[in-house]
Amino acid sequence: MKDTIYKKILRRKNLVVGIIITLAVVFMAIFAPLMSPYHPIDDADLMVSDQPPSIEFLFGTDEQGRDILSRVIYGARVSLSIGLLSQAMNTVIGVVLGLLAGFMGKWWDDIIMGLTNIMLSIPSLVFALAIMALLGPGLINVFLALGFTNWAYTCRITRSQVLSSQELNFVKAAQALGYGKIRIMFTQILPNIVGPILVIGTLGVAGAILIEAGLSFLGLGTQPPTPSWGGMLATAREQLFTSPWISIFPGLAIFITVLGLNLLGDGWRDYMDPRISRQ
Amino acid sequence: MEPILEVTDLKVHFPIKKGIFAQTKGYVYAVDGVSFTLNKGETLGVVGESGCGKTTTGMAVLQLLDITSGKIVFNGKDISDISKMPFDEVIDFRKKVQIIFQDPFSSLNPRMTIEHIIGDPMRIHKMFGEKEIKERVAYLMEKTGLRPGQAGRYPHEFSGGQRQRIGIARALSMGPEIIIADEPVSALDVSIQAQIINLLVELQEEFDLSYIFIAHDLAVVEHICDRIAVMYLGKIVEMASYEELFLNPRHPYTKALFSAIPIADPRAKKDRTLLEGDVPSPRHPPSGCSFHPRCPECFKTCNIDDPVLRNMGNDHFVACHLYNRH
Amino acid sequence: MNHDDVLLNVRGLKTYFYTLDGIAKAVDGMSFYLDKGETLAIVGESGCGKSITALSIMGLVPQPAGKIVNGKIYLNNDDILEYPESKMQDIRGDKIAMIFQEPMTSLNPLMTVGSQISEMILRHRRVTKKESWERSVSMLEKVQIPSPGRRAKDYPHQLSGGMRQRVMIAIALSCNPQILIADEPTTALDVTIQAQILDLMLRLKQDYETSILMITHDLGVVAEVAQRIIVMYAGKIIEEGNVFSIFENPRHPYTKALLKSIPKFGNRTEHGREPLQEITGIVPNLYKLGSGCSFCPRCKEAMDICKIKDVGLTDLGNGHRVRCLLCKSKREE
Repeated sequence: MKDTIYKKILRRKNLVVGIIITLAVVFMAIFAPLMSPYHPIDDADLMVSDQPPSIEFLFGTDEQGRDILSRVIYGARVSLSIGLLSQAMNTVIGVVLGLLAGFMGKWWDDIIMGLTNIMLSIPSLVFALAIMALLGPGLINVFLALGFTNWAYTCRITRSQVLSSQELNFVKAAQALGYGKIRIMFTQILPNIVGPILVIGTLGVAGAILIEAGLSFLGLGTQPPTPSWGGMLATAREQLFTSPWISIFPGLAIFITVLGLNLLGDGWRDYMDPRISRQ
Repeated sequence: MEPILEVTDLKVHFPIKKGIFAQTKGYVYAVDGVSFTLNKGETLGVVGESGCGKTTTGMAVLQLLDITSGKIVFNGKDISDISKMPFDEVIDFRKKVQIIFQDPFSSLNPRMTIEHIIGDPMRIHKMFGEKEIKERVAYLMEKTGLRPGQAGRYPHEFSGGQRQRIGIARALSMGPEIIIADEPVSALDVSIQAQIINLLVELQEEFDLSYIFIAHDLAVVEHICDRIAVMYLGKIVEMASYEELFLNPRHPYTKALFSAIPIADPRAKKDRTLLEGDVPSPRHPPSGCSFHPRCPECFKTCNIDDPVLRNMGNDHFVACHLYNRH
Repeated sequence: MNHDDVLLNVRGLKTYFYTLDGIAKAVDGMSFYLDKGETLAIVGESGCGKSITALSIMGLVPQPAGKIVNGKIYLNNDDILEYPESKMQDIRGDKIAMIFQEPMTSLNPLMTVGSQISEMILRHRRVTKKESWERSVSMLEKVQIPSPGRRAKDYPHQLSGGMRQRVMIAIALSCNPQILIADEPTTALDVTIQAQILDLMLRLKQDYETSILMITHDLGVVAEVAQRIIVMYAGKIIEEGNVFSIFENPRHPYTKALLKSIPKFGNRTEHGREPLQEITGIVPNLYKLGSGCSFCPRCKEAMDICKIKDVGLTDLGNGHRVRCLLCKSKREE
């Protein structure tokens, strides 16, 4: 059985590429101190500022003479932790609210779905900006802003799955066997919606990384000198034409990471959908 | 004969909600005044076409949906409103009345192993110790024709017929007295149906079960049931023992239903009474006898009076004005 | 087989499915014919390849997984497998029409039933819009839909399941096809409606002189409508013959067991209850077919050689053919 699961995964090229990229970025974030040739903040040397890529500095250096490769590697820590933590929070909020709405029904459902619709009607970047404006810049605030803004899809999916699975015969059978409501929720329904929720979560991580980059670019997110991809782009903006490498590499890092996560999420969804995987 | 379940004037009306404020705009009269008795060790067949309310009747007896009115008595206890019953009585009822579904694919949780599907109900109600539960799961799997060695597998590793056996084992796990079988073979391949039918017959004797067998296939129903109730638009129109019903069908609908069955014999006579038109919607059941618009023997009173189910002797019940005229 | 009136002749048809799980030989060497004005039934359980046979004839094998890898399908002595897609489109609906099991999903929910019939007529006949509409209404009348003029303006969701299947039949017969392929046409319907639809199909078949290829799993339906029967198992014909020889003198162990396994209405009342004859085991997985007879693992009369040896169809005379070593050896003795 195990063998065929590997084979099935290997046949989906986008899933394989997604897994490889994501694992590489995670690896990079965890082992940043071992992998980066220089310290991302302390090893500033104005004597070597604005150097193009060379053997010494593979990605070149920025205006303060810091190694861009090291900063990009360390930047993965910020991006990934913001993405993962805030999406974890979104998932928890979304699943809890979705379960409440689907299971309790009545006015619970009306209020939660109303809230969800409001959340969906405001672009998450705008919403995050508003929260940041309220809380002020900073890493923790970015995390809070992102963690409360992106749960609406998860909530909707959870609710609709709860509603549709109540019609499923194995849920009816559980009722007939005297399972309580809460037990049905946790043993019969939740295990069957973990898949779609994780897929949305993966895509959500990618979205959160993009928004974090956007916020940091606007100066509201991670504050210098902490290396973050969005922040690096912001400072590199003025030297876009004179020293393009300062912006190209963090930009590529964002691009590849988000691409990898999206491929992972999409591939996973296809993998789970028996209708697609048949062909 | 000792009655185990008595249903009196059961009604299940589903409100139809429409508009922004979800106002009730009428009702679907899914089950509209059904009465029957199920005796111990007996199989009662409920037949009828789609939308006649046979499945809803089953679900109502199981208390899986709210009943509008009527009385359900199980083992002498009124169980018409389960939400008002003490918890341990509810659990006792759940242990004693079980269900087998039509579709063997949606009836098993795909994320649970067979061991858990069959064993968990006993664990939840703390009926046995862990060791006994393990033994019981193996015993039930063997009884239903499964290999106990496969208990660690997931439902998708089994074929439709085997899944139906798992569903039966699950229904048996808590030692039920009544099993409601809702079209248990109609989703299975022809060559598999006989296996499941024979299994149900064997298990009935072995475990002293009473069945309510819901189906549309009259040949299967005649084979398995002791008594048969024919339903049309939420009502029982005829009810009798299987021989009585087969030899002497009285209601025009029963007669038409019998004559519509395709017979697997190319030389069989093929003169049949074809019914006109379709089954009316249970939202707007016709006035009087709900069968009158399609009835070949309809006469004056049929569209005014709703006939009641009357015993014609020999426990043969018919709801038809043809037999009321004397 | 030197009939002059062979309409459809399928020779050595092989339709395989190439999927991630491997190759499924859905149809594995089917050869049969359909005469003019005849009703031929293909019987079998789910996954035996009966529907894929029908779709292969229509040129509608699901893409990209499915592929006709071998064989010829002659319609009026022309191999339609050689035809380009555009020519197949001319044939579909005009010469060969098909009705499906699920009448709801086979109709376009956004078009009135009248215009769905007219569209078919306009596609294949040189008529004006008005003429095609008139013909649609008369088709609805032919399939016994009450007040057809008004019903033609209805949308599919306004009709009951039985009515929709009548509309499907009206669409299928609107261009007077030579062959009507009916894939489980009454399986989704209730018994009383099924009787109506079967009665209608047989009546229209005589009016239009159409040949019917009926695909079904219901032996009762087969006995009522078919003149000849093909029993399929795991992509192959295992028995073929006229309706009387199949029902009264079945020779293949599968056909025999199948006929004995279905309960007959009234049997218990007349003869008392006996356990039904079971066919043990499960329907074979098309991805894991081994050599030898594919019914062998479930066969009560299987011999050792059945596991190894592929067996061809033995002709028992009178058009009765069977794929079983038992019959072959008896005949050779």
